[in-house]
Amino acid sequence: MKWGLPAGPESPFSPASPFAASIAHLFAITLVVCAVIGAIVVVAIAYSLTRFRARPGSVEPEQVSGNTRLEIVWTAIPVAIVAVLFVMSIETMSRSDPPADRAPDLLVVGHQWWWEARYPSGLVTANEIHVPAGKPLLVRLEAADVIHDFWVPELARKMDAVPGHPNFFWISADAPGAYGGTCAEYCGTQHAWMRLLVVAQTPADFDAWQAAQLAPAPAPASGGAERGERVFRSDACGGCHAIAGRGFEGHVAPDLTHLASRSTLGAGVTENTPADLTAWLHDPQSIKPGCRMPDFKLADAEVDDLSTYLGALR
Amino acid sequence: MTAPAISLPAARSVTDARWFDWVGTVDHKRIGILYVCTSLFFFVVGGCEALLVRLQLAVPRAHVLSPEAFNQIFTMHGTTMIFLVVMPVLTGFANYVVPLMIGARDTAFPRINAMAYWLFPLGGLLLHFSWLAGGAPDIGWFSYAPLSEKPFTGVDHGADYWAVSLLVLGISTVASAINLVATIVALRAPGMTMRRVPLFVWMILVNSVLTVLALPALTASCVLLLVDRVFSAHLFLPSGGGSAIMWQHYFWSFGHPEVYIMALPAFGMISEVVPVFARKPIFGYAIVAGSTVAIAVLSFGVWAHHMFAVGLGRVADAAFAASSLLIAVPTGIKIFSWIATMWGGAIRLNTAMLFAVAFLVQFVLGGLSGVTFAVVPIDWQVTDTYYVVAHFHYVLFGGTAFATMAAVYYWFPKMTGRLLDERWGRVHFWMMVVGFNLTFFVQHFLGLLGMPRRVYTYPDLPHWAALNMASTIGAFVLGASSLVLLANIARSRRAGAVAGDNPWNAWTLEWATTSPPRHDNFGALPPVRNRRPLWDLAHPEAPDAPVGPDEPAGAPRPNAAKVGVLTFLASESAFFALLIVGYVFYTASSQSGPSPDNALDRARTAVFTVLLLASSVTLWQAERHHNAGRGRQSAAWLGATIALGVAFLIGQATEYGHMFESGIMVGTNLFTTTFFTLTGFHGLHVLGGLVALSIVLALALRGHLTGRLAVGLRVVGYYWHFVDVVWVVVFSVVYLRGLL
Repeated sequence: MKWGLPAGPESPFSPASPFAASIAHLFAITLVVCAVIGAIVVVAIAYSLTRFRARPGSVEPEQVSGNTRLEIVWTAIPVAIVAVLFVMSIETMSRSDPPADRAPDLLVVGHQWWWEARYPSGLVTANEIHVPAGKPLLVRLEAADVIHDFWVPELARKMDAVPGHPNFFWISADAPGAYGGTCAEYCGTQHAWMRLLVVAQTPADFDAWQAAQLAPAPAPASGGAERGERVFRSDACGGCHAIAGRGFEGHVAPDLTHLASRSTLGAGVTENTPADLTAWLHDPQSIKPGCRMPDFKLADAEVDDLSTYLGALR
Repeated sequence: MTAPAISLPAARSVTDARWFDWVGTVDHKRIGILYVCTSLFFFVVGGCEALLVRLQLAVPRAHVLSPEAFNQIFTMHGTTMIFLVVMPVLTGFANYVVPLMIGARDTAFPRINAMAYWLFPLGGLLLHFSWLAGGAPDIGWFSYAPLSEKPFTGVDHGADYWAVSLLVLGISTVASAINLVATIVALRAPGMTMRRVPLFVWMILVNSVLTVLALPALTASCVLLLVDRVFSAHLFLPSGGGSAIMWQHYFWSFGHPEVYIMALPAFGMISEVVPVFARKPIFGYAIVAGSTVAIAVLSFGVWAHHMFAVGLGRVADAAFAASSLLIAVPTGIKIFSWIATMWGGAIRLNTAMLFAVAFLVQFVLGGLSGVTFAVVPIDWQVTDTYYVVAHFHYVLFGGTAFATMAAVYYWFPKMTGRLLDERWGRVHFWMMVVGFNLTFFVQHFLGLLGMPRRVYTYPDLPHWAALNMASTIGAFVLGASSLVLLANIARSRRAGAVAGDNPWNAWTLEWATTSPPRHDNFGALPPVRNRRPLWDLAHPEAPDAPVGPDEPAGAPRPNAAKVGVLTFLASESAFFALLIVGYVFYTASSQSGPSPDNALDRARTAVFTVLLLASSVTLWQAERHHNAGRGRQSAAWLGATIALGVAFLIGQATEYGHMFESGIMVGTNLFTTTFFTLTGFHGLHVLGGLVALSIVLALALRGHLTGRLAVGLRVVGYYWHFVDVVWVVVFSVVYLRGLL
């Protein structure tokens, strides 16, 4: 169970897409080749150490200083091995990372320290990317500030998000499930908590999720939520965050329109329970030190109201 | 076994020397020991940083260190271990051993050697001073832009200290490498042909050439980063039109040769230790030396394998995969040669040999995991994870550090006259082997379970906590093993068994003198007719066959000063080549604002170019008269050369002045940044040349340009002509290219 959803370990060896599977296959073959070479070398060393040890009173051994034929052989064999590995690499490159041949299905932007995802439908979300299972998506990857790296080992190769240099790669998931990942390129203070989750759903579930996410946020439904929205407005939270339908249009921080539908806060640093949300609003810096969201020093009542308001954004 | 045929006086203690003898020394042996001891100090510093990192990572969501502190400490750990431990400790052994091995009395340039050494602690102090100046660098040891740029580091100067300290260390490293090249080329004893030098000397020669050609890329990288940071330029800032990827090309074009710079001397150490303790000559001397050259050449063509995840495109990825796979072949050849050396031998498994054997096994593991990175799709999964952390620690710690330990146990008796204690040596060895493998072997699995590198903490995912705890326990065992080494050194240097000249019955010339050697290294040298002169002494009945033709007595060697300056100019050429590449790249992608067409005065600069070229002619005249013994005419031509050089600088200053007046500054756009950097560095070189010419002129006027100093004019002449040639290229690229 990961974040409440079933999935395997976040490993290149538990591939859940044809792209990751082709790499796992090549990786396994390469490791076997390396293991055989390593075993031969280790056995040869161990044999030398036992068979050719100096014994008390032993004289200097025969002074052999080379054997050209042997040297040619142990040059030629490695050349042949790496040639085979090279051919296999090239073949797997095109299978695990096919060329981009159409408009991207998804735009992912790395920020310090969270992920922004934008769909052609206009849907915007953060840190949790939903995909329809069984359908390869072409991802366009960008960076808003420094270099990040999108890595979901079960689903695809890792790819750097480089500012000024958009990259494209394919992602897909064979079966519904949650696939964890992370930023893999050191990107500053909170690199550790720049995690991401890819949620693969059946096409019907995905469509339902997309329709729900595209809906604007509802008006506050309780007194607490109403007061919370006033806090949100008066503290200028909308300068950074967007809440569609409520007049908040900031875009330098995660879109909060459906915040409560997501399973974590702060790109994986905590779960997204009401208690976690309250603690986060109370002082984000104590939970994710160095993150871009300042401590607004809100009164406890304000935090509760804000938490009520945001917690209702499903 | 037969005893060696030579026996000279018993050991003296190096501890007799007073502190000033060490501070003021230009003796390669003392400088070598200073290097090794200073590296050992920084090894403790970097090791403590590693332990802090491992402490924070022992359990998930720990609070031992803040993220800011963690990021500074892992950056300092990497930078310290690479630039203040591995490189200088290898330089230290090269300094100590190479002149002895080739039968020289010292290195070619003892004063440059001392300068190179003292720049090393200076660079280390500069780096660590950042702790007091607001915070250490927190940008990782390869300092990826734009994270290392002003907008992201804020007011902190950590990145500035990082860059300045690496510039200082770069000068130190290149100076030392030039000295070693000149020493090996020019100071070999009679009979010590290049086919007869020990393999350690071969490896150091190749390594020094590699250093001389690769370090300029680091220098250029640091210069350009500082230009960005100090002059608010945008070379590596995409928001200002620059390229973040260009930083990676610059840095890794140094960074990958660097990997071999940290490995080749270790190969050399193993190539000495294994034969002596297997009691057989190295198997396949020529192929081991030749494969070293192959590695050095290939190492310049593999840098982008650090960048497979960047998205460089299929063709680039495939090309660098091919070169990276290929470089495994010459590396593998060495492994086979070392094993074949052991095969059929009479192996004495003492501490030095134990470390050498552990090196072999661990280096093979690190090499094989390295092969998986050359297989591009695998790299796409495991780069930037703990799998790569495990890989490079197997190469650098399991490989180079273990080889260095073998070297410590092997050459300590030569350095001090006393043997390190074998019993404590074994304790040290086994703790280090267990600690090292526990720390780093599990990290392969962490990477394969999805743990990225450089995270200050992590979620409690399956197996992560247990593997991290195991790694941390291993790290503390490893740390404790170093204490055993330090205790062994402290005790043995005073109370160890007296070593004698040749405790291992080894065959190379450093064992043909006392332990420690006298100040000028040797009394009389044994004849050198093959690779093992001391074998021949010990076995007059069955000497090795001569290798290659003997040299006639007093066979001339190249002049050390000439070799030194030409090596230096090779390094300078690499530096300017990188600046020129940067100029061409950034001017091609330049945008609005000043350009070569609207900002430069071609006609005026052409006139000053003619003046500079004329100065090469006047200098040639000065040399001609000097060689013919006409001192006064020579001095007059020298004076004319200096005047022409000054005129050129005035011309350049005028051009700068006009540009500044019209508001064109270094940071204005990518063209102006690279223009001022390239022409500015050339101008600084002209200035340096003028200083050198003035010194030569002063010497000439006083009649001192004779004897040993006679080569001075020739050497400064090489430099001056070089600066002129660089200007011809710069002028063509910067001023004339737009006319085509």
